Amino acid sequence: MHQSTLTQLSTALKEKKVSSEELTQLYLDRCKNFNEALNCFITINEDVALENARTADKKIAEGKNTDLTGIPFAHKDIFCTNGIKTSCGSKMLDNFIAPYDATVVEKMNDAGMVMLGKTNMDEFAMGSSNETSFYGPVKNPWDSDHVPGGSSGGSASAVAARLCPAATGTDTGGSIRQPASLCGITGLKPTYGRVSRYGMIAFASSLDQGGPMTQTAEDAALIMNVIAGFDKRDSTSAEHPVDDYTFRLNDSIEGLKIGLPKEYFGEGLDSNIAKIIEDGIKELEKLGASCKEIELPNTDLSIPAYYVVAPAECSSNLSRFDGVRFGYRCEEPKDLPDLYCRSRGEGFGKEVKRRIMIGTYVLSAGYYDAYYLKAQQIRHLIRDDFQNAFKDVDVIAGPTATGTAFKLNEKLNDPVSMYLSDIYTVSVNLAGLPAISVPAGFIENLPVGMQLIGNYFEESRLLNIAHQYQQVTDWHKQVPKEYK
Amino acid sequence: MEWETVIGLEIHTQLATESKIFSGAATAYGAEPNVQACAVDLGLPGVLPVINEQAIQMAIKFGLAIEAEIPERSIFARKNYFYPDLPKGYQISQFELPIVSKGHIDIQLEDGSSKTIGVTRAHLEEDAGKSMHEGFGKLTGIDLNRAGTPLLEIVSEPDMRNAKEAVAYMKKIHSIVRYLEISDGNMQEGSFRCDANVSVRPKGQDEFGTRTELKNINSFRFVEQAINYEIERQIDVLEEGSEIVQETRLYDPNKNETRSMRSKEEANDYRYFPDPDLLPVQIEQSLIDEIKSHLPELPDAKKQRFIESFKLSDDDATLLTSQKEIADFFEACVDAAGGETKLSANWITGELTANLNKENMDITDSPVTAEMLGSMIKRIQDNTISGKIAKQVFEAMWNGEGDADSIIENKGLKQVTDTSAIEKLVDDVIANSPDQVKQYQESPPEKQGKLIGYFVGQVMKQSQGKANPKQVNELLKQKLNS
Repeated sequence: MHQSTLTQLSTALKEKKVSSEELTQLYLDRCKNFNEALNCFITINEDVALENARTADKKIAEGKNTDLTGIPFAHKDIFCTNGIKTSCGSKMLDNFIAPYDATVVEKMNDAGMVMLGKTNMDEFAMGSSNETSFYGPVKNPWDSDHVPGGSSGGSASAVAARLCPAATGTDTGGSIRQPASLCGITGLKPTYGRVSRYGMIAFASSLDQGGPMTQTAEDAALIMNVIAGFDKRDSTSAEHPVDDYTFRLNDSIEGLKIGLPKEYFGEGLDSNIAKIIEDGIKELEKLGASCKEIELPNTDLSIPAYYVVAPAECSSNLSRFDGVRFGYRCEEPKDLPDLYCRSRGEGFGKEVKRRIMIGTYVLSAGYYDAYYLKAQQIRHLIRDDFQNAFKDVDVIAGPTATGTAFKLNEKLNDPVSMYLSDIYTVSVNLAGLPAISVPAGFIENLPVGMQLIGNYFEESRLLNIAHQYQQVTDWHKQVPKEYK
Repeated sequence: MEWETVIGLEIHTQLATESKIFSGAATAYGAEPNVQACAVDLGLPGVLPVINEQAIQMAIKFGLAIEAEIPERSIFARKNYFYPDLPKGYQISQFELPIVSKGHIDIQLEDGSSKTIGVTRAHLEEDAGKSMHEGFGKLTGIDLNRAGTPLLEIVSEPDMRNAKEAVAYMKKIHSIVRYLEISDGNMQEGSFRCDANVSVRPKGQDEFGTRTELKNINSFRFVEQAINYEIERQIDVLEEGSEIVQETRLYDPNKNETRSMRSKEEANDYRYFPDPDLLPVQIEQSLIDEIKSHLPELPDAKKQRFIESFKLSDDDATLLTSQKEIADFFEACVDAAGGETKLSANWITGELTANLNKENMDITDSPVTAEMLGSMIKRIQDNTISGKIAKQVFEAMWNGEGDADSIIENKGLKQVTDTSAIEKLVDDVIANSPDQVKQYQESPPEKQGKLIGYFVGQVMKQSQGKANPKQVNELLKQKLNS
């Protein structure tokens, strides 16, 4: 049962082959059994989950259910949950219980879904390995010496180990797609503004976007149907019509034009990864797609631009964590500067502090034009590159990550190499485009993801292509053997 | 050396929106601490600001009233600094592309001439909360009720040359925002306050001297005092051969002096950048047109109308249009007085204003309403009471004893115009004052005018003020001269 997809579970629940309570108990047991090994949950809330499961069962019995009523899942611990701790992976918020639900949380609750717990993550979503969490690193279920990727590493690991059938993640520079790639699951980063950011603790407001982390594209479509849409509480959310994301899943991809950016396949790409992506693209060609080399000439500027914009916004977004109203406060502050310095000094981890300092620097008088303004200009160039490419092609394909899951501690003390591993994902965030990572193969028993990038609001098309790909491949069905 | 002063003002006016600028919390003043602060105002993690359309419209209204440009696109920016009453660690304000750009207003100088003062810009921003340093022992209390209250910051050009001009400018802006009903302008509650940038330079010099910024002044009187103190201080410093330090200074009204708060070097680097949580505001021409079509009559236009259609003096018109409420009171009073403008103006600028000032009251709280005053003026007009008795009637109305007619009735204040009754009083007084009559009759005519006052006084006294003074005068003259 625990290897079932959302689609299968939905059917089983509707046909009353299993109750939500049984299902919830099953996954809760798995969470409790395996969390010690994987550390993918910060909070498991058994009582609330079971209570909600029973409510869901009642709704199913009364016929008041949606497709996802009664289905257990997990939230990344960046989404505020009313009455349940939301830590954002930080000591700063270890004691923080929000008095409100994020819009995404509210929507999934309204759909009758049952939250099992909150997943581990890089502190404030800053990291690509899940090693910056105050709650310790998450392990990759394919090999526990390896990282699961980040920042949504807890969600990726939990779904890969089938501790929950699906989870939410957030993606600021690749934080859904890269861990999805490293853990062998499907992760969709929607168009910026497609999913409300209200109640999602901000890292970099102009880049952050929540999305589903699932076993299949079909499952991602089901979750998108619940969470996508305009939210009047988020001014940056898009007033753009929302698709039924399952509607086009079974469309043929005959005639699809795929762009292959030469910058993604040039030197620097591991030849084993290149081979897997090329094979994946061949599968798509067999389904009737054609490929074309394209250029995204400003790709090499995306990392520097990202590491100016994201820290700049984070330095300001994280100013509210000052020890005054909520969160961590140092012991016995002797005066106001001491309260600020020690609360923030003790409450934030190293990577967060590094980014706050970079961000503060690039926004400072005399540096703003040279860094922040320049980075914004580069952002426009990157957006234009994609728009030019989409004149000729329908989607863009390439690798999600530069390699497979690296070893714990391997890059921890080399932030630049860690930052560079985001090369294929960050430009999508800078441009605000949707992109999906789907499992496409293995190297030495570690998964590799293929990334598909679409034009604005083309999530349906991405899910369609991914779903068609998953009809002819079974990479997404692989489960690490200890978790089968 | 002769010095010239250069002054620019930054006025913060609180907009009278129902809810806060970026949240749905109420803006009412005076609630228990922290009951009017929601998750957004508290800066809790994950919450997001949403712009209050009403605040945008009010800002546009102001822009149109000062004939300013309203740019098509306006941007909110974050001003980053740490302070306990600033919940997010940044204030959402505007930096580049404010909602209102260049405009101007006219102020009236003491010699009666007028001067145009440029307004550089006006931008929207959120207010911070309040730190309370008393009542918490060694700790500081934070009240976030005010956090997120919408402010319009109105920045002038450095066009003012003395404290009086600065006050006139501030009063004019105050009057405009009140006329537009975009702010209650309540200075005690901090809804209208200003920072003054002051510098001096040798007369004739083109470039400005080094300026200081006087912070958070919340009364017209303090603005004048603070600026005058600061001008003196700066001239003293310069005449001693020292230099002015560019700094922020605080005015202490108790000691009437300004004190250094922080120097330029200590100033914050606010790291302004566009707020990524808020999209740029697009202002459609249709919205501007809509707001324009509903603009109320502004002080200058009203004053002109008062002069032209009510034949008021410039001074009276200025006074009566200084506040919308006074102008409204005046017009209602004229209505009730059957169109009598001069007496209405006199009573409002005289007796009523004196009483209001004495009690420290606003005209809207006056116990004598415009209708009551108008009706009383009508009774002066139709000779039911004299102007002197009217003062008595007014006092009684002020003390809540009813309207003019019932007071006149109850107190028997109706003017005596019956000639025979007055004649009897006149005869009595003449009979009882032989010495004075003799003196009067022996005096040359030019002195008699003065001496008749005694007899008038006596007759009025006997009549308890009710005799028609004009008739008394005439009868006395007739009798004494015969």
